[in-house]
Parts: sequence; C-alpha cells; structure tokens
Amino acid sequence: MPAATRKAPAPRRAAAKPAAAASPSYAVERTSLANGLRVVVSPDPSSPVVAVAVYYDVGMRSEPEGRTGFAHLFEHLMFQGSASLGKTEHFTYVQGNGGTLNGSTHVDYTNYYEVMPSAATELALFLEADRMRSVAVTQDNLDNQIAVVQNEIRVNVLNRPYGGFPWLKVPPLLFADFANSHNGYGDFVDLESSTLDDAQGFFDRYYAPGNAVLSVAGDVDPQQVFVWAEQHFGDIPARDVPVRPSFSEPLPTEQRRAVEHDELAPAPAVAMAWRVPDPADLSTYLPYVVLAEVLTDGDASRLQERMLLEDRSATSISGYLGLLGDPLDARDPTPFLLEVHHPQETPVDTVLATVEQEIARLAADGLTAAELERTVARMTARYLREVDSVLGRATTMAVFEQQRDRAELMNELPDLLRSVTAEAVQAAAATLTPQTCTVLELRPGKAS
Amino acid sequence: MTTAPDLRRPVPPLAEPRPVKLPSVAERTLDNGLRVLAVRRPGVPLAEVRLRIPFAGPTGRGGRAHTAQAQLLGDTLLAGTDLRTAAQLAADVQALGGQISASTDADRLGFGGSVLVSGLPGLLEVLAEVLTSASYPKREVVGERDRLVQELAIYRSQPAVVAREALMLRLYGEHPYGRELPTAQEVADVKASQLRALHGKRIAPAGSVLTIVGDLTPARAIGLVEKAMAGWTATTRAATTPPLPEAPRGPALLVDRPGAVQTTLRMAGPAPSRTDPDSAAFGLVNLVFGGYFSSRWVANIREDKGYTYSPHAQVEHPPAGSRVTVAADVSTPTTAPALLETLYELGRVATLPVTQAELDQARRYAIGTLAMSTSTQAGLASTLSQLAGAGLGVEWLRDHPVRLAAVTVEDALEAGARYLAPAALTTVLVGDVAQVEAPLRALLDLELG
Repeated sequence: MPAATRKAPAPRRAAAKPAAAASPSYAVERTSLANGLRVVVSPDPSSPVVAVAVYYDVGMRSEPEGRTGFAHLFEHLMFQGSASLGKTEHFTYVQGNGGTLNGSTHVDYTNYYEVMPSAATELALFLEADRMRSVAVTQDNLDNQIAVVQNEIRVNVLNRPYGGFPWLKVPPLLFADFANSHNGYGDFVDLESSTLDDAQGFFDRYYAPGNAVLSVAGDVDPQQVFVWAEQHFGDIPARDVPVRPSFSEPLPTEQRRAVEHDELAPAPAVAMAWRVPDPADLSTYLPYVVLAEVLTDGDASRLQERMLLEDRSATSISGYLGLLGDPLDARDPTPFLLEVHHPQETPVDTVLATVEQEIARLAADGLTAAELERTVARMTARYLREVDSVLGRATTMAVFEQQRDRAELMNELPDLLRSVTAEAVQAAAATLTPQTCTVLELRPGKAS
Repeated sequence: MTTAPDLRRPVPPLAEPRPVKLPSVAERTLDNGLRVLAVRRPGVPLAEVRLRIPFAGPTGRGGRAHTAQAQLLGDTLLAGTDLRTAAQLAADVQALGGQISASTDADRLGFGGSVLVSGLPGLLEVLAEVLTSASYPKREVVGERDRLVQELAIYRSQPAVVAREALMLRLYGEHPYGRELPTAQEVADVKASQLRALHGKRIAPAGSVLTIVGDLTPARAIGLVEKAMAGWTATTRAATTPPLPEAPRGPALLVDRPGAVQTTLRMAGPAPSRTDPDSAAFGLVNLVFGGYFSSRWVANIREDKGYTYSPHAQVEHPPAGSRVTVAADVSTPTTAPALLETLYELGRVATLPVTQAELDQARRYAIGTLAMSTSTQAGLASTLSQLAGAGLGVEWLRDHPVRLAAVTVEDALEAGARYLAPAALTTVLVGDVAQVEAPLRALLDLELG
C-alpha cells in the first residue's frame, strides 16, 4: 500500500534542489614504528586544539568464555595507573591541562582518547605511551573498578526501562557463536571472578604495539608528531600480534523470534535484525548503510512517514547498521537493526507487517533518484559535521586505518556514498525478508 | 601486575600555548527587530543555524497549560505550513543536506539546524515559512498529541526523570521551572486552535536572536537572513520568565521505587549567574568538589569506594536563576554511605580552603574546555546563541578566562560556603524505601513522597 496518500495543500513550492556535492580534503600522513605501532596524523592549524586517539584491535568479541565483559573492564583498568603515573594521574594530567578524555569498548576494538590544547600534544602522547608500555593494576584497583563497572551496568541496563535493548538483547538470538552472541557488558559473576592474571594476560596478548593505531588530528606538525611517537612509543618492545580469528558464522535461514519482559517499561517495543554482507567490501555494504537512512532518517523516510505520520502505528523508529549504531566501525558478522517503539493498542504483528510491507514495496518498486540524492545529501552533511571536530577526525582515521589500512577514507567516504545506486539500495532491501529476520519483542511488565 | 622501576619516565612539559583567537562576530538588527549574529568559520562546507525566541509562561495553573501547549507547539511546528506538508518539509530540508528541529523549555523556543552551506538559502526559506505560516493541521496535532502522551510515559519511567521532576517541583513550586513536563491530561487538553493562537501571540522577530556560523562571510549570511525573513513581521509583547521563589528549606525527599538496584541521588540549589561576581570562583570550587572527573567527590565515591559510575556536579544557567545540581546513581546497599561521603565533600569545600594546586588544575581545565567548546562550527554556534540568550556577547569568551585567572583560594572558599553548603541544597532521592530509608534517617531528616 502506498504511504504518501495525504493530499498536499496547494500551491506547493517547487521541491528544493539537492545540494551540491561536498567532500573534505584533510591531509593524512602516516608512519609506522619498528615495534609495529602504526601512526596517522592529520594536521589542521585552524584552532589550537589536538585530538590523540589510540585504537587497540580487540573488542568484546575476543573475550574468552567465563570472562564476559572483560574487554570493557580492562578498558577501565587502563586508567588505573602505569609505571610513571599513579592512580587518577592520567586524568589529572589531561584535565589539569585543559583537556578532556575518555575510552570506549566496542564489538571489534577498544579506544582511548584525549582532546587537549595543542601545546599539550607531547604530554598526551606520553600518557598513551606510558600505559601501552606499562599498565599497572593493583588488586585494590581491580576490585574498585569491578564495583564501578557493576554500577555502570546498573545505571545503563538494570535500573532503567529498555536497558540494553536491543544491543545486549538481540545478539543471543541473532548469533550462535559465543564470540558474537554473549553479553559484552558482562555477567556479574564473570566480572567478580576476574583476576590480575587475567588482566596481565589480556594486556600481553592484545595490547601489543603492533595491534594498535595511534591517530592524531589538529594543530600539529606531522613530522614533529612522528618524532615524539618514536621518542615515547619507540622503545616499547614489539610483541606477537594476535591473528584476528574469523568470527563469521552461517546466516540464519529461518525467522527467529523471542519475547523479552521488561518490568520497568511502560510501553512495548520490538527490534528486527538481519545479518548484512561483510563490511570489508564497501561496495556491497554501503547500500545497506544508505538503506537504513532511506527507511528511518526523518519524517520523509519510508518508515517514519508511514508509521509516525500516516498510521500512527509507532511512537519512534530508528534503524542502523552495527550493534552500537556506527555503521563503519564493525567487522563481519554484523546486523542491520530496526528498533520500533509502539503504542500498546497497536499489536506487534501489525508493526512487523507494516515494516515488511514497506521494505517489500521498496524492493519491488525501488526509489527515485531524488529520494536517493536527498538521503545521501543529509548523510554527507551529518558526516562532515562529525569530522569538523578534531576528535571526529582522529577517531574516523583510526578506525579506517585499523580495519581497512586506509585513513584517507575519511576524505573519500562522501564520494563513496554518492556512488551508491538506487538499484543497489533496492537490491539490499530485497534481502531483508521476513524469513531471515530475527524479531525480539519487548513487552512491558512481568512475564505472566 | 608488577612493574619494573626502570620503566618510569619523566612527564614532558607543555609547549608554549598558542593564543585562542576570539571569533569575529558580525551583528545586525533587521528592520523587523530580529537580531542576527554571524561568524565565518571555514573547515567543513556547512552552516549552523540557531534561533532563540523568548517563550516564557506565567506562574501557576496558566503556566501549566502554557507548558503543555508549548511542548506540543515545538513538536508540531514542522508538521506543515500553508505551502508544504510535514513530509514535504522534511524531504525538502533533507535535499538541502540539512536538518532542523524545534524545541521549547520554560524560557524559550529554539530552532537548531545545520545544512550544507549551498543549502543555507533554502533552509532559511523553510524556517521563514514555518515562522510565518505553520498551519498546525488538526490531524497532525492530534497524532503528535497522542505520541507525546506515550513518550511522556516512557520518559517518566526513567529514574533520572522521576528524580528531576521531584527536585524541580521542590525547588521552584508553581514557578514554570517547577514543572518542566506537562501531565498526560494537560497534553490531552491541548487543541490545534490554541497552538495557532500561541504561535500568533509569541513568535515574533523583535527580541529573538538568530545565530549563523559556517563557511560563508558574515555579510552573505546576514544578507540571506534579511532576504528570507523580510516577511516575518509579527509583533508581540516580550515574554520574560517570572522571578524565582525563595529557595526552600525542608527535609530531604525520598521517593519510593520498589526493587530499585540503585538510588538516584540529586541535590540542587541556587548558583551565581554568568554575570555574577561570584561566577568564576563558584565555577572553580564546583569543579574541585565534583564538576569533573579529577574532583574530590569522584575520587572518593567512585575511584576509592566504587559506590557509583558517573557522579557529577553540574551548573545550569536558565535566565531566571542559575542552579547547581549534584547527581549520582549509587548502588542500593551503599546509598547512605554514599550520601555521607557526599555531605562530607560538600562540607569540606564549604568550610575549608581548597589547595592552590587543586584550584590551578580546575582553572586550567575551565579555560581549556571553554576554548575547546568553540573549536567546531556547531559548538561555536551553540555557545554564541546561549550567551545571546543571557544578554552576553562574544567578549564573554575573552573576559571569563581573565576572571577565572584571578580567582583566589579565599574566593573559592567564600563561593563554596555560599552555594555548596549541604544546608543550602535541596535533596531528593529515588530508590527502594524498604532498603534505604532506615540508614538514610541516620544522616538526615527525611520525608517520604
């Protein structure tokens, strides 16, 4: 059923022309150290700020059984001190010199970053080098951070409605292998049984310089950054770089469906998930990234117009690639996720049928050039806005360099998005069938 | 893990800092009274747009009706004009490489947008069309009204929202700040005709400020605004937020959330405004207490005791009166011990001087992050728009660091005593009464709500 059946009031202004193409052209320079550390730098003197990011090629997928949540717990431990820095000193050196910092754990990587006045560039490099060389964790600090992480899980998952929905709740249904399906925030029992030996083993195995990318963006001279990188990271001994295993597993061949009860939630929700092609090949993957926007970005997207404006069958809809919502930082296997919150009066099967119908319509009739152009125009603008910040640039370069050996994709992405054809988006839609869909219903209240 | 001592290295010194350049802001008040601020900031080919329109409601019952109408007005402003449907508006903005949203709070109606710079004329045209001919179609208003009722229910199921509502009501009573969210019934009572009337009464150029930051000259930006907004000629009475009531005194409020695995702890009170002579000193003593990660409170209840994940003390500057809020979600069994440490750390900054090193560290953080907040187009646009809302100009970005530099340990103690004393703060806790009430009563006077 076509969605746009409301009458347009007259007179209607001519639709705006799609905006002109725009691509960034940031300089990218790189080197690598003898110990295997890769370094990428993008200089920009426009503001006296710098972002320094270190990406380690290990994430939640690499956690061993019995140690769910360990990659994230270890991220916390990296802030607990190193040979030259006592507990909390990493924070005080950064913040006490006018900067901000954080770290985050993802499915396929763990990152650490500082954004500082550019006068503190060498300091930021030193701080990252010191913990890469010599993270130092005591039993007290381990116990303390286990308690902190448990409180993080309470505030983000256990003590709130829709906590962990869908990112923690869908993987057990969508995937079969432990690496892909387990709870990456961690089971409390696993967290509490983590030891200093586990931490040392994890560090030795995964935090080798050859398993990391150092990315710097902002008001710096690349040659000077290379000198400092050599000076501070160069004598960290090379260690074996773990071979990243293939985490791929067979595609689902039938619909999987389950119900989750959420006592804290006042209204139902449903998540639909499909496996998508390996992101390694952007030519077959990017059409799905565009498809997610065609379906869910704004009032003019297919599902929002139909379900929020027309039918009122949903109260909010979001669609994205990757469990954590960043389409370009996950490796295979990875999902396309739709998350729909809907009124209690709308049966979940109506929601599912409507989504299926709109996807089938797109698969059958395709989309116009204008619909594709406007979708990509906004995706491009949103992307440019992200890389306008030095941190956005440092993190974008780091993940592209780590996963694709090509930090320059930072500049090339808008052109790649513009090269996605309507036919490719249509073909992608055709693969999102009910038969290959994983459906997780969230029902408010206790299980009856 | 053991670490060999020979791995210790000296921490490198900082280089000479490069000065932060003050953005050059062009300003013009158009014939219709709209104030326009424009800054050229190359980098990415985008433009950021912010529009603030004074939108305060009255105190009391009329204020509650206003809050419900204002909330729904923000949700339906982009739901159609005399010329375009909601979906057409959305598609046209998207085609420009743009996004736009509207929202209201107790003080203002705000539009925020960004767009590929080539699409700025089109975005301003859409904005002008919405300002002059938003039509509030009945079908869209009814649909958004039902959706808002659903979303409010979801919103209010979050413990942080339960705590915020209880805290604001206790702090401000029937003042508009006391009830930031409408009830379901108040929303259900709103009619499309009321939205049209409210739009006509309040949305006018005089008193409003439009800020544009992007990859174009200020002259061009202002010219585009002048052309697009020429037809916006509505006039209205200025709507300013009523004055705040006296800060209340009374026992802490404990709201029951049976089975909660954490207690949501919030304490709040008045804080100096951006122009108050105490502002810089207070900002620094608040940082030392709990305003950033390297603070005493975080070191104590997170990094030493593990009671919580993300404690923070935050300052907000709504026009009728600034406010400091101390917030932590603490595990249920540690609720009373966490409050004890919180009272201790607040009491320390209220009664004893901070060290010079603590003060200097907070000062460098405040100055550094202020500069950082203006290093992107979006950050600069939001900062300038907020300053304009407080009646301040870009020179505040130059002058505030000077004031921060001058703060002494004595100033910090005075500000801490005045604004962070436990006795000056209103306390709300949301948690499992059965588990936390008795231990909490050992520490403070408690009222169940």
